[in-house]
Amino acid sequence: MATADRVIDARGSFCPGPLMEMIRAIKTAEVGQVVEVLTSDSGSRTDIPKWAEKAGQELVEVVNGDDGDAILVRKVK
Amino acid sequence: MPKRLLVVGSGTAGLMVANLVARALEGKLQHHEVEITVLGERDDYIYQPGFLYVAFDLMDPRSLVRPVRDLLHPRVHFVHDRAQRVDAESRTVSTEGGVSLPYDYLVIATGSRIRPEEVPGLAEDAHWFYTLDGAVKLREALQDLRGGRIAVSVGIPHKCPVAPVEFTLMLDAWARTRGLRDALEITYTYPVARAHTIPAVAAFAEAEFERREIKVETFFNMESVDTGTHVLHSQEGTDVAYDLLVTVPPHRGDAFGGASGLAGAGDWYPTDRQFLRVQGHDNIFAVGDTTDLPVSKAGSVAHFESEVVADNLVGLLSEGRRPGHTYAGRAFCFIETGLEEATYISFDFQHPPVVPTPSRSIHFFKQTYNQIHWASLKAVI
Ligand SMILES: Cc1cc2nc3c(=O)[nH]c(=O)nc-3n(C[C@H](O)[C@H](O)[C@H](O)COP(=O)(O)OP(=O)(O)OC[C@H]3O[C@@H](n4cnc5c(N)ncnc54)[C@H](O)[C@@H]3O)c2cc1C
Repeated sequence: MATADRVIDARGSFCPGPLMEMIRAIKTAEVGQVVEVLTSDSGSRTDIPKWAEKAGQELVEVVNGDDGDAILVRKVK
Repeated sequence: MPKRLLVVGSGTAGLMVANLVARALEGKLQHHEVEITVLGERDDYIYQPGFLYVAFDLMDPRSLVRPVRDLLHPRVHFVHDRAQRVDAESRTVSTEGGVSLPYDYLVIATGSRIRPEEVPGLAEDAHWFYTLDGAVKLREALQDLRGGRIAVSVGIPHKCPVAPVEFTLMLDAWARTRGLRDALEITYTYPVARAHTIPAVAAFAEAEFERREIKVETFFNMESVDTGTHVLHSQEGTDVAYDLLVTVPPHRGDAFGGASGLAGAGDWYPTDRQFLRVQGHDNIFAVGDTTDLPVSKAGSVAHFESEVVADNLVGLLSEGRRPGHTYAGRAFCFIETGLEEATYISFDFQHPPVVPTPSRSIHFFKQTYNQIHWASLKAVI
């Protein structure tokens, strides 16, 4: 698994939701940095990759775990 | 020496915590065993949910403002000044006015504020209903409106998760009653994949928007505004042209937390989700909008969190009892869906909300709450 520069534990959250945590973190991250969001919200598995694609950011990895997923996105611009 | 509780912020959470503890410990306050001080940069309290109604000329702005002193328990001290820095070592908070206030327990309830300046051009060209002045200005703009393209654009993070949906649905209903709706094109933009972060609210809003011919742009995070051509650009590369731009700007915590080295990114306080203590400090609590918790920034959350923190403070102040009451992520929001109907959501960390069918009676409850709120702040109900 790739290593992240910043890890956000958003497990158990419904609102504002792990995707918003990711967007917020990417907005403040440096270009080249990787943000990892831990999430138990099944919607994140599709939403975060979809956002990364629309925003032109790089989806690094989605790791499925027992108590949630880890989703890693690199800020490329 | 009395035990000292200092509360920074005289908004919803600050007043509730101070009043709840004061009511529970009246005897100790009277005998100077406990002392409670609220430090607030404003000496009036403003009921923010009223801004939505001010924008549509449905409430008098003056009815939303009351002196802090009238809302505080008589035995709670009020210091009208701005907190500048916390020194956790010496357990003091210094103020802009040059005063140093000591504490045994500190509650930080400094809320969240809009930061339109984070999006270049936004402050110059957009309206908002997230401050009292802004709501009054927007009211004037709406009174002058004869038609055109209105964009309602939402930034993250922001307080009151449902207010943008409410504003948009109320705008539609308001325009219909004025015979203006056919002359308007309304576009709602939202930062995530759906029209709202909460799936049930998103499904509800998307169906309503479609039925009312309101356009939706998702994955739209405001990046800049071209004030010459009146075009809003997103981080994702999409544009929306407008004649009237109404925004919910992204928010931040108060800068005082960062200056004290206690708050993190966005000036939000890293807060433990059970006891609401600021990370690394057993005697400092964060309540309301200013936490970094994955919960809505809403008055109801401030209320439920205040109850938990106040109960724990009562134990700590009276007998040094370890905090036992925990916060479960409880939140409740009314959703106005027009000028005469409303619905609501109720949820916590473990239970996502559902959206009941809107009704006139729920709208009536919300109108009633707008009055009850004052008693709730005083902790008399
Ligand atoms: C348009 C709108 C509609 C809303 N509708 C609803 C609704 O329907 N339901 C709902 O539940 N919530 C609603 N809310 C949200 C609700 O108003 C807030 O979530 C709530 O007020 C948060 O309480 P708080 O105490 O954390 O912050 P606030 O009530 O904002 O209080 C913070 C206080 O701290 C003070 N302060 C900040 N920094 C300092 C400092 N350094 N020193 C001294 N004082 C300081 C501020 O001046 C302020 O008085 C709405 C908000 C808006 C804007």
